[in-house]
Amino acid sequence: MLPELGHFALILALLLAALQAFFGIAGPAFARERWTHAVTPALAGQAVMVVTAVVCLVNAFVSNDFSVLYVADNSNSALPLFYRVTALWGAHEGSLLLWILLLALWSVAVALRSSGLPPNFAARVLGVLGLVSFGFLLFTLATSNPFARLDPPAPDGRDLNPILQDPGLAVHPPILYTGYVGFAVAFAFACAAMLEGRLDQGWARWTRQWTTWAWAFLTCGIALGSFWAYYELGWGGFWFWDPVENASFMPWLVGTALVHSLAVTDKRGLFKSWTLLLAILAFSMSMLGTFLVRSGVLVSVHSFAADPSRGMFILVFLVIMIGGALALYAWRAPLLKSQAGFELGARESFLLFNNVLLVIAAATVLAGTLAPLISDALKLGTVSVGPPYFNPTFLLSMLPLAALLAVGIHAGWKRGRLEDSQRAILFSLLAAVVLACGLVFGIYRQGHVLTPIGATIGIWILISSLVDPLDRWRRGLSLSRAVLGMTIAHMGLGVAVIALTTVESFTVERDVALSPGQVAQVGGYELRFEGVKPIEGPNFDGVGGTFVVTHGGAPVAVMVPQKRQFWVQHQVTSETAITLSRGNNLLLALGDNLGAGRWSVRVQIRPLVSLVWLAALIMAIGGCIAASDRRYRSAPAAAVARGSRALAREA
Amino acid sequence: MNRFLVPLGVFALLVVVLVIGIRHSPDKGIIVSPLLGKPAPAFSLPSLLEPAHAVSSAELKGHWYLFNVWGTWCGECRAEHDMLLKVKAAGVVPLIGLDWKDDDAQAQAWLGQLGNPYQSVAVDRSGRAAIDWGVYGAPETFLVSPAGIVVYKHVGALDEATWTREILPRVQGGKI
Repeated sequence: MLPELGHFALILALLLAALQAFFGIAGPAFARERWTHAVTPALAGQAVMVVTAVVCLVNAFVSNDFSVLYVADNSNSALPLFYRVTALWGAHEGSLLLWILLLALWSVAVALRSSGLPPNFAARVLGVLGLVSFGFLLFTLATSNPFARLDPPAPDGRDLNPILQDPGLAVHPPILYTGYVGFAVAFAFACAAMLEGRLDQGWARWTRQWTTWAWAFLTCGIALGSFWAYYELGWGGFWFWDPVENASFMPWLVGTALVHSLAVTDKRGLFKSWTLLLAILAFSMSMLGTFLVRSGVLVSVHSFAADPSRGMFILVFLVIMIGGALALYAWRAPLLKSQAGFELGARESFLLFNNVLLVIAAATVLAGTLAPLISDALKLGTVSVGPPYFNPTFLLSMLPLAALLAVGIHAGWKRGRLEDSQRAILFSLLAAVVLACGLVFGIYRQGHVLTPIGATIGIWILISSLVDPLDRWRRGLSLSRAVLGMTIAHMGLGVAVIALTTVESFTVERDVALSPGQVAQVGGYELRFEGVKPIEGPNFDGVGGTFVVTHGGAPVAVMVPQKRQFWVQHQVTSETAITLSRGNNLLLALGDNLGAGRWSVRVQIRPLVSLVWLAALIMAIGGCIAASDRRYRSAPAAAVARGSRALAREA
Repeated sequence: MNRFLVPLGVFALLVVVLVIGIRHSPDKGIIVSPLLGKPAPAFSLPSLLEPAHAVSSAELKGHWYLFNVWGTWCGECRAEHDMLLKVKAAGVVPLIGLDWKDDDAQAQAWLGQLGNPYQSVAVDRSGRAAIDWGVYGAPETFLVSPAGIVVYKHVGALDEATWTREILPRVQGGKI
C-alpha cells in the first residue's frame, strides 16, 4: 500500500509543481495578484508531497519490501540498516528522487527568506524553480518510477552495489546534489530578473548568498567523491578525469566564475549581462552533467545503468530550459547597460581575467569530455581522452589564474593603482620563492620543472591572501564575514596548489609480491607481510592481510588491507588500508593470491595528498562563512528601496 | 548580428552533438565490456555433464558460440531459461554455459528438470573464469565469433528483442 501512496504523492507533486510554475510566471505577467499569492501554497504542497514520497521509499527499504523493484535491485535483508537508508540514492531512480527532494527544500528555503523581495520578483523566482521541479518530476514518473512493483516479489534483494557500501559514498551524493541543485536558485533569479526586464545591484547581492552556499556544498561534495575514489576503488590517485567527475567539475568551475562576477555586479554594478549568462551556465552545466551521466552517451566507470530513452527525455528538457533561458537572455541582455568604467589594474579587470580563465577551463573540460562522442559521430574511430589531454590544458589556464590571484588580491576597486602595493607583491613573491625552493629541494631533493613553480604560486597565494586581513587587524579594523570567508577560501586554493604540485611530482607507486615473513622496501619504508586471515562481515566475507610498517626501523603502523567478497552480487571489492606518516599518505591495496601464501600488494606513497581534500574543505568552509555574512540578510530591504526609487524616477 | 545570440548558437551546436550521441548509444549496449572486439579469455574448465571431459576455448574456435553465465542461485537465470531453450531450438548458434559458483548436483538437477539448452557447460566453482570475462552479475551472455573475438555482450536475462535484433543479424550477416 505504502509504495502506491508514494507513487500517488509524486503525481500530486507533479501537478502542484505545474501550478507553482504557472502561478509564479503567469501571475506577475498578467498582473493577477491572486495568482501571484497562490505560488507559495503550491510550493508548500509540492514539498510536502515530495517528502511523503521519499518517506514511503525509505520505509520500503527499511522494512525490506522486496515487492518494490527498486528495493529488490538495491538492497538485501543482510544489508546493515544505515546502508538500507542510503541505498535510496544507490541507483538511478532514487538519485532522481533525492534531486527532486533537494530542489523542493531549496525552493522552500528561498520562499521562507523572500519576505524582503518585491512580491512579483519572488513569485517569478519560485515559478522558475517550479518549472525545474516539474521537469524532473515528469522525468521520474515517465521513465524512472522508483515505486514500480515486482510481481511475484523477490525472496531477497540483489543487494546494494558493494562499492557503494561505504560511509564516504553514503553521504557524498546528498552533499554533491545540494550543490548541483543550489545553482538552480541562481538560475531562477537570473530568469526572474530577465522576465522582469530589470536587474539592479540588489539582484546580485541577493543571488550571491545562494550561489555561495551552493558552491560550498559542491566543493565539499566533489572532495568527498574524490576521497572515496582514492580509498575505496584503490586505483591510486584522487582524480581520473572520468566523465562523471567532469560532470561535477564543470559546474564547479562555472560556479566559481559566477561567485566572482557576482561580487563585481554587487559592488560596482558592472558585468551585468555576463553575470546573468554565468548564472544560466552554472545550472546548465549541472543539468548537462545529469544528462551525460544518465543517458548512456558516455561510458564511465561509475555510471548507472543507462537508457537512451531517458537520454532523449533529458535532452528535450535541456533544450526547453537552457534554450529558453538563453533565448530570453538574447532578448533581454542588450537592455542592460553598465554605467561605470574601470581601469586596467583595478580589481575589476583581475576578476574579468579570473572569469575568462575559469570559463576557458570549463570549456576545455567539456571539450575533452565530449571528444569521444564527437569522434564517434564523425566516424573517426574511438578515441579515449585522458590525463595526457586534461592535465596540461587544465594547467595552462589554472596556473595563470593562481598567479593573477596573488597579484589581484592587492588591487582596489575602480582604479588601477597597483604601485601602492608593489612592495607587498614583491616581498610576498620573494618569500614564496624561498619557501617553495626550500620545500622542493630541501625536503624532497628532486623535482620536475613545474614543481618549484607550482609550489611558489601556492605559497604566494597563501601569503598574499593574508596581507590585507593582517593589515586590517593591525589597524584595529573589523573583518566582515564576507572578507574572512574570501580569505579562507583563497588560502584553501593556495593549499590545493601546493598539495597538487607535490603529489604529482613525488608519488611513489609499486606493486610487490610477498610471502609471509618477507619484507619489501618502498620509498624509505619497510613492509613486513605477516600473512592473511579470513574476515567476515554482515553481508560479505573475505581476507585481510597484515603488514607491519616501519621507517628506518621505527614502527609506523600495522596495516590490514582487505579483499571482500559480497555474497549476493559475488563482487570482490578491495578495502584499502591508509595511514598517515611523516606527511605522507601510505596506501596498501591487497592484490591477488599468487598461491602458496604469496600475495601481490600495491603500495602507494603520496606526500601531502591529504592536503588536497583538506584544501577543498577549507574552501568550502570559507564559502559558508562568506555566505552567512549579515550584509546579504539586510539586502532585500535595500533592494526594495532602490527598486521603488527607480520606479519613482521613471514616473 | 546580436552578440547576445552567441550563447544560444553554441548551445544549439552542442545539442546537435548530443542528439548524434544518443542516436549512436543504443549500439553500445548498457554496460560496455572492455572485452568487445578483443579475443575471448582462454579457459579450460571441467564439464558439468561429462566430468571426465574439459570444456576449453581452444575447442570452440572456428564456430560462433554464445557464452552464457548462470547459476542455480540466480533468480533471473530461471526467467531466462525458456529463452535459452528457444535459442537451442533455433539451432543457429550453440550455447556454452558457465555454471558460476554453483553446486554441481544442484546444477545437474536444474538442467534435468528445466531442460538443457547448452551444448556443454563449464564449471567455474572459484569464480576465477567469470572474473576473466569481467562478469558483473548473472545472467550475462557473450557472443563470440569464429575467430574467437567477443562481438557482443548482453547483461541480464536474454530476451526475444536482443536475440532477433542483436545476435541473429551478427551471426547470419556477419554484422559486427
